[in-house]
Amino acid sequence: MDTIGGKPRDLSEINARTDSRDILAHARQQADLRGFDDVFIVDIDSHIDDGGNWPDVMGYIDDPVIREAASSFGDGSKRGAFLNSTPGLQWQNVFGRIPHGQGLKEPTDGGDVPREIELSRRCMNQMSLDYQVVFPNALLFLGMHPVREMEIHLANAYNRWLVEHVLPVDPRVQAMLYLPFNSPTDAEETVKRFLGKPGVAGFLVTSSRHKPVHANEYMRLYAMLEEAGQVLAFHSHLNWQDEYTSQLNRFISMHAISFVLCNLVHLTNWVINGLPERFPKLNVMWIESGLAWLPFIMQRLDHEYLMRSSEAPLLKRMPSDYIREMFFTSQPMEHTSDKLLEATMDAMNAETQLLYASDWPHWDFDLPSRIWDLDFLDETAKRNILGYNAARIFNLDIPEKYQATAAQ
Amino acid sequence: MREIYVAQADEIADRDRKVVIDDDLEIGVFRLGDEYYAWESNCPHMGGPICQGKIMNRVDEVLDEERRSKGFRFVDEDVHVVCPWHGFEFNIRTGAHPGDANTRLNGFEVELRDGAVYVRV
Ligand code: FES
Repeated sequence: MDTIGGKPRDLSEINARTDSRDILAHARQQADLRGFDDVFIVDIDSHIDDGGNWPDVMGYIDDPVIREAASSFGDGSKRGAFLNSTPGLQWQNVFGRIPHGQGLKEPTDGGDVPREIELSRRCMNQMSLDYQVVFPNALLFLGMHPVREMEIHLANAYNRWLVEHVLPVDPRVQAMLYLPFNSPTDAEETVKRFLGKPGVAGFLVTSSRHKPVHANEYMRLYAMLEEAGQVLAFHSHLNWQDEYTSQLNRFISMHAISFVLCNLVHLTNWVINGLPERFPKLNVMWIESGLAWLPFIMQRLDHEYLMRSSEAPLLKRMPSDYIREMFFTSQPMEHTSDKLLEATMDAMNAETQLLYASDWPHWDFDLPSRIWDLDFLDETAKRNILGYNAARIFNLDIPEKYQATAAQ
Repeated sequence: MREIYVAQADEIADRDRKVVIDDDLEIGVFRLGDEYYAWESNCPHMGGPICQGKIMNRVDEVLDEERRSKGFRFVDEDVHVVCPWHGFEFNIRTGAHPGDANTRLNGFEVELRDGAVYVRV
């Protein structure tokens, strides 16, 4: 690399080990150009962990026998112990074309700060974020684990590790904790155990699972979350083993459909079974299905509900009215037509219901500029989507410097 | 119009590039054989550092006479640079995305003089 006066004069190829501050150098430039240091920005969904922490996580398994058994995996390293990852995630980087798509491999300095915090700080500084909500890659598959109780062991271990080891280090890093949803009473225990711990922003269900969300077994859980004013989020994920998606031969096809299909099913069950009427104060959020599915499902359910309202007797309004009161994260924001995106944001009341998410470092991550550069939104809507909607529903402290715009 | 010195011509290997910084501008100069092409390292998708991406040939799908798929092949003539942020690919000779000619890179004129490569901005 040449330098002029200590500054680099040229830049090298980005590869799997490139420092994320270098990968995201243009994000920092965009933030400076747009004055993002004066904009309150919260990233609701990121996946900075790289699996390297898994052996540490295994040390937090409650059950002493399972904890000991973890040592037998990964040639004694505990790497990947008990996980049911599918090959799909490793296809994310388009076969080497998007180097960070396989997880961040860059070195960190070590020291007292956990690697996750260090990587999160690098991203927050480059994207000019005030808070980042993190979620582990490895747990995205866990709802499909063939051993039901393994979901409980691993979820509790990860939740404990986050709460005891990661979240206390930096209040800007927050987490929605994993609910072992295949076992409703254990999901309730998770809420009781971790509610109110510093850095716990809410609770999350990974959507790739075959569990109807309207089953009676879940009512106590929902009541508990509603009572506590906690967000219940559904995070979509891929599932290449389902009968429908197993017909798709390319990752692009499976990803395009799979990440929406699971949330389409859960959201439809949620609405048609009248859960918004049963738990009117529960804030429900749908993560990582993008936005384009919303005009589809709103119109589709409204259309059919008018003809078959006897099948959804708890509803007092149109299905789309309930959907419009739910919360959605923005990424991956399909933006190939301004006209369609504007109509979508209008249909879903984006100004109050949409929350920015980066999904960094996944291959289809979005920057805050995606929202800021939309001509059809006014500045209040942009600021709400980028941060104030999140502050409102997650009760986040807004730093003093933003108080004037927050008041507006 | 001004001229920026990039490198000695032989400093850039075939199928490689040099990305130079000039104030706020980042320019990637690519070499394919004896030809040099200069593109702004600012991806039309989301502003990613396109010129720091991987260089790979375009992928094609092979069909037989009955239009049955026979797998993939690399097309040697179409050399692409792939944006490291989200994978948009651009033909290094034309600057265009293979599936959307309207999605293209911003280019600069290249001059070779006395064994050195310059771009005009
Ligand atoms: S910024 Fe280049 S592909 Fe997204």
